[in-house]
Amino acid sequence: MLTVSNICKTFNAGTVNEVRALRGVSLTIPEGAFLIILGGNGSGKSTLLNAVAGTFQLDQGKIELAGENITRWPEHRRARLIGRVFQNPFTGTAPNMSIAENFALAARRGQGRGLGWALSRRLMDELRDRVRELRMGLEDRLGNAIGSLSGGQRQALTLLMATWLKPALLLLDEHTAALDPKSADLLIRATADIVSRHKLTTLMVTHSMQQAVNLGDRIVMVHRGAVACRFEGADKQRLRVPDLLARFEEMRRREMLDESAAALLEKTYV
Amino acid sequence: MTLLLGALTIGLILSLLALGIYISYRVFGIADITVDGSITLGAAICAVLLIKHVNPLFATLAGFGGGLVAGAVTGVLHTKFNINSLLAGILVMTGLYSVNLHVMGKSNVPLLGADSSTKWAERLGHSWFRAPEVNVMGWLVGARDLAMLLIVISLIVAACLVLYWFFRTELGTAMRASGDNPQMIRALGVNVQRYCIMGLALSNGLVALAGGLLAQYQGFADAQMGIGMVVWGLASVIIGESLTGSRSLGLAIYGAVAGSVLFRLLVAIALRWGLNPNDLKLVTALFVFAALVLPQLLQRRKRAATLAKPQSQS
Ligand SMILES: Nc1ncnc2c1ncn2[C@@H]1O[C@H](COP(=O)(O)OP(=O)(O)O)[C@@H](O)[C@H]1O
Ligand SMILES: [Mg+2]
Repeated sequence: MLTVSNICKTFNAGTVNEVRALRGVSLTIPEGAFLIILGGNGSGKSTLLNAVAGTFQLDQGKIELAGENITRWPEHRRARLIGRVFQNPFTGTAPNMSIAENFALAARRGQGRGLGWALSRRLMDELRDRVRELRMGLEDRLGNAIGSLSGGQRQALTLLMATWLKPALLLLDEHTAALDPKSADLLIRATADIVSRHKLTTLMVTHSMQQAVNLGDRIVMVHRGAVACRFEGADKQRLRVPDLLARFEEMRRREMLDESAAALLEKTYV
Repeated sequence: MTLLLGALTIGLILSLLALGIYISYRVFGIADITVDGSITLGAAICAVLLIKHVNPLFATLAGFGGGLVAGAVTGVLHTKFNINSLLAGILVMTGLYSVNLHVMGKSNVPLLGADSSTKWAERLGHSWFRAPEVNVMGWLVGARDLAMLLIVISLIVAACLVLYWFFRTELGTAMRASGDNPQMIRALGVNVQRYCIMGLALSNGLVALAGGLLAQYQGFADAQMGIGMVVWGLASVIIGESLTGSRSLGLAIYGAVAGSVLFRLLVAIALRWGLNPNDLKLVTALFVFAALVLPQLLQRRKRAATLAKPQSQS
């Protein structure tokens, strides 16, 4: 279970480049639940995921995962609990190392690394089986450098790496956004399969309303670094793409109103 | 022949330097100039201990330890204090100059009377070949020189095997990944800063090992002996890469050794043909410059060629 309480983050505070990326976000994902984050460009979705993963320290708020207060933990320590797939296929794998070596690294996620061989016979056998399930024909190319694969293949392998040891939380940051539609579709199917099979607690960011409607059991829409609305339970099941579009439209209209109000105030008083 | 043997031996000794540079430059992408100080540190510690009649093996290992510490200091400056890697290296190298003088007590320590591995080689040569000179394929070579070469070869082979093994352990694989994609390996639970410190320590340890062996081979340690060594190591690594062509781990290690030996042989030949020893460092620097720039130029020309192609077709 993940609990995020009232977290705030301002980048470049006190400079002209100040960005209030998170303004008091709270959310909870119960054990085994699948939460989808929706939101426009620059609304703070990645920043929210990075806050949970520990890429930076928060200005305010608290994050609890699997019964531990991880708010002050450094990123590498949180890795024991968290598996991640990034938006950019280049981020999630070590390009000059072989597929097998990348998995050997993932097989020790968050654990001590000693002087035993990284590639054991047992790992290789299990690896071949689990890579075969991806149906990409990669099981015979485990010795190849992972950098030589396509984006879709790399993302699928990264997903497998992130879940090789069952994580207390799986973080997916628009992991299909950089792929062509067909690869994206395959990857989404693999994702749904792995999440349901291992009953993973999942936090996924997407810009695709289709994915938001089809996947997951709850949705949080973020806007300008804050939660705009939430759907769960029967509400989420009933939700269709046009409903979501309408919500977006409404948010945009309200924002335009805000801006015209601000302009009016500025004209009057400044 | 004796000249060839000498070049081979020194080339092999300096291949430890090349392996160290391979770790800092190729694995972590850091041009670590600490090397200039740590090779001297290894030589200084080793020489001083040898004069105090410490066992040569232990003296050499102590030099290795000194290098480990020097590299770790650079790593700490770079990662914990956010100092640019080049500057961190410069700071430690500069500091080491004084440290080395303190260790040696003067700027040059001759090993005339000391019991070093060279003496050991002399005794071994005697007991193996039972003559001051040996006939190798028609050439007469000194038994001592031959024994020394054999000792150095076995040392280097051992070092390469250990390194190859290390980089295939869980720890070593994670270390390589820290250089390859720090963001990814952090997400897999590795403290990248700590691994960088360990990597630089190991790198400079190997370099100091080369320094200790070099001091024993040439019979002295000198405060100036480290100048330009980082460029020398880079040259070896680059030659090695062009020899083996591949970035696979085993080939890379082999390449660093082969590159070092080949480079030393080339230098010996050039000196024999009348290259002024004073120009050696300039030539080495120019060589590395060319090796760094040539691939860029070739790529630019290739790109220009591919851009030009569609036009020529139309
Ligand atoms: N490391 C950073 N430094 C400065 N600004 C940042 C940083 N990360 C994100 N931002 C800013 O925070 C805002 C939210 O970004 P992000 O979370 O990446 O949006 P998205 O919802 O598209 O993923 C953007 O305005 C972005 O420019
Ligand atoms: Mg984003």
